[in-house]
Amino acid sequence: MKKNNLMRTRLARSVAVSGLLTAGLAASASAQALTVISFGGASGDAMNTAYYGPFVEETGIELTPGDYNGELSRIRAMVETGNVSWDLVEMESPEMVRGCFEGLFEPIDWQRLGLGDVLIDSAFDECGVGTFVWSTVLAYDADALDAAPTSWEDFWNVEDFPGTRGLRRGAKYTLEFALMADGVPNEDVYDVLMTEEGVDRAFAKLDELKEHIQWWEAGAQPPQWLVAGDVVMTSSYNGRIAAAQEEGNNLEIVWDGSLYDLDYWAIVSGSDNVDEAYQFIEFASQPENQAVYSSEIPYGPVHPDAIDQLDEEQARRMPTHADNLEGALAINTGFWVDYGEQLEQRFNAWATR
Amino acid sequence: MSTNAVAARPEAPPEANLKKQLKRADRLRKFKAIGLVAPLALFLIVVFVLPIGSMLWRSVDNTELESVMPRTVAGLQQWDGSGLPEEATLAAFAAELRDSRRGGGLGKVGRRLNYEDNQYRGLLMRTLRGLPASSENWTQTLVEIDPAWGETTTWREIQRASPPVTDRYVLASLDLERGANGEIQRIDAQDRIYQSVFQRTMVIAGGVTLICLALGFPLAYLLATLPPKTSNMLMILVLLPFWTSLLVRTAAWIILLQSNGLVNQSLIASGIIDTPLQLVFNRIGVFFAMVHILLPFMILPLYSVMKGISPSYQRAAVSLGAHPFAAFWQVYAPQTISGVAAGTILVFIMALGYYITPALVGGPADQMVSYYVAYYTNTTNNWGMAAALGSILLALTLLLYLVYHRLVNRKQLIRS
Repeated sequence: MKKNNLMRTRLARSVAVSGLLTAGLAASASAQALTVISFGGASGDAMNTAYYGPFVEETGIELTPGDYNGELSRIRAMVETGNVSWDLVEMESPEMVRGCFEGLFEPIDWQRLGLGDVLIDSAFDECGVGTFVWSTVLAYDADALDAAPTSWEDFWNVEDFPGTRGLRRGAKYTLEFALMADGVPNEDVYDVLMTEEGVDRAFAKLDELKEHIQWWEAGAQPPQWLVAGDVVMTSSYNGRIAAAQEEGNNLEIVWDGSLYDLDYWAIVSGSDNVDEAYQFIEFASQPENQAVYSSEIPYGPVHPDAIDQLDEEQARRMPTHADNLEGALAINTGFWVDYGEQLEQRFNAWATR
Repeated sequence: MSTNAVAARPEAPPEANLKKQLKRADRLRKFKAIGLVAPLALFLIVVFVLPIGSMLWRSVDNTELESVMPRTVAGLQQWDGSGLPEEATLAAFAAELRDSRRGGGLGKVGRRLNYEDNQYRGLLMRTLRGLPASSENWTQTLVEIDPAWGETTTWREIQRASPPVTDRYVLASLDLERGANGEIQRIDAQDRIYQSVFQRTMVIAGGVTLICLALGFPLAYLLATLPPKTSNMLMILVLLPFWTSLLVRTAAWIILLQSNGLVNQSLIASGIIDTPLQLVFNRIGVFFAMVHILLPFMILPLYSVMKGISPSYQRAAVSLGAHPFAAFWQVYAPQTISGVAAGTILVFIMALGYYITPALVGGPADQMVSYYVAYYTNTTNNWGMAAALGSILLALTLLLYLVYHRLVNRKQLIRS
């Protein structure tokens, strides 16, 4: 028994010592280098060119880039064990809202950031600073239609614009578009959807179009269907349509009534490099750096001035171009986090009937 | 017996030794057998039984509130459900709410309470922001922050969410819910979905199995009766699809079947139809793709059983005057029952769990249970619902399997 105890103490001691060592190492490492985690891929490469390299050059702060797949659970594990090795993380909006609610991120001090209120409105969130914008738009095949549709009302008008339509199989996006088609002004869409009558109204509007809809599931499907002639118009992610346009297809985008969403920078709660993280966010929000990012990948900059630094053709494709932003609506992520499950169930029940 | 034992005693040492040796050898063999099986058994327990057990448990697990707000839960259990809970309970709630922000407890509680009513996440957030460090009268303070805390139903819902186990996920998976007084009732007609989803899952899996059997049986028969050279060639063709990814095969079906796809174009070119048929993003597409993917799983067991059936039985039946069809149906077919049983159960159970194929080639009315399991697991993080749907599917499958097993066994008895 005694021996056992001794062993145990020894073991505990060595664990403690090695723990201290690693903690010390981690602390000394993180005191210097700012760890920035993005989704990687093409976007990560663009960030590397636009933000990481120039930031290190300008400030002399060391930066360790990394990537992940958007799992909130990894950040939760870090915060819960107090072993925070990530400082700044790129988050999609639903995870950002959930993580903020759970206290996984530092609340953003906008005074300290020194950006004023120049960014587009939805870039400001309690725990996140928007960094780029992507959008769900009405896209159509200009060769297949005689007249150009200009709104979701036209999307619902099967007499003047005959043909099958594509919509995403799910309540998100679809219900917003239905209400817009029913004449609800953009700014009231979510207020209406929060009421029972509003949801009924959206589904009643969808009833009108149901037999003409082909439902898509993957983001690659809408441009493919447009090109293949399966549908004449569809909702789609703007980046996918841009890619199809570059391949020489005569597809057009209606920006009026588009729904846009942002990816955010969030500072992990308990980070040792909060100051550097703020510096980085400020740097990455500067128009010239944002312009470099958006010229690498068709995601819209959150700083309005960045658009002017892109060439005209590129600028027109950005969800945040002033003309495109005018009739657009920001997705209310908080609404979908709260009501999503209930509305998806109702949608699925409706779609089956 | 005892006399025998007594008589045997003089020679006991060698015999007892032998017995002992025999026993030892026996034991050793047993240990060896156990030792050989142990890694697999351990592996199965660790990666199969435990995770599935814990997953099934999640369908009734309701400990979120209790783990984050134990004192509030204890206080609410004493509460009779009229008016407001006692001041002490509200004070405990305020303290525990403040602490819950650390360690992710708030997220757990917020998610759980939002299942009762969508308002809670926002309500907790607002409350937390306005929460003072101390208060003389927590009841008053909370009501001042948000009037919702002054309503009996708010606290009744929290009370309802507090017991450590719940049947809400299992009920919700059957389109049922508990009413205000705890009685089980059907949910609003516009939200009912899962009963039809389970039914649809069974119909699709059953349909795919029958089609596979109808297509696979003649092919397996052909393979089993052809000379080995030709049958080996054909066998390779059967197995070929296995070497291609499931996703690629599914995508290939979309390209073939879409409005301007190969099938529609050739039908139009040959003048059979004028306008393209809708062959994909509906039930037809699901059947095409799933039958194609699952067919080998029907053919292989059938083939292996048919290969072992001697052709002489059928010949004997014909030579004794049976009609060739009667000879096939009464003599040959019953011998294939075990192959049919293995093939159909294999295909049926695999088809039950299909997710990606219906998701890609089906419409909204063709999604099976696994689609909703994936939705709750990945998109909304509602693991209770995912586990409940999975558990019910598992129970249904086991039940069907038992019935099927009985039927097949009885049939075999009658025939033989």
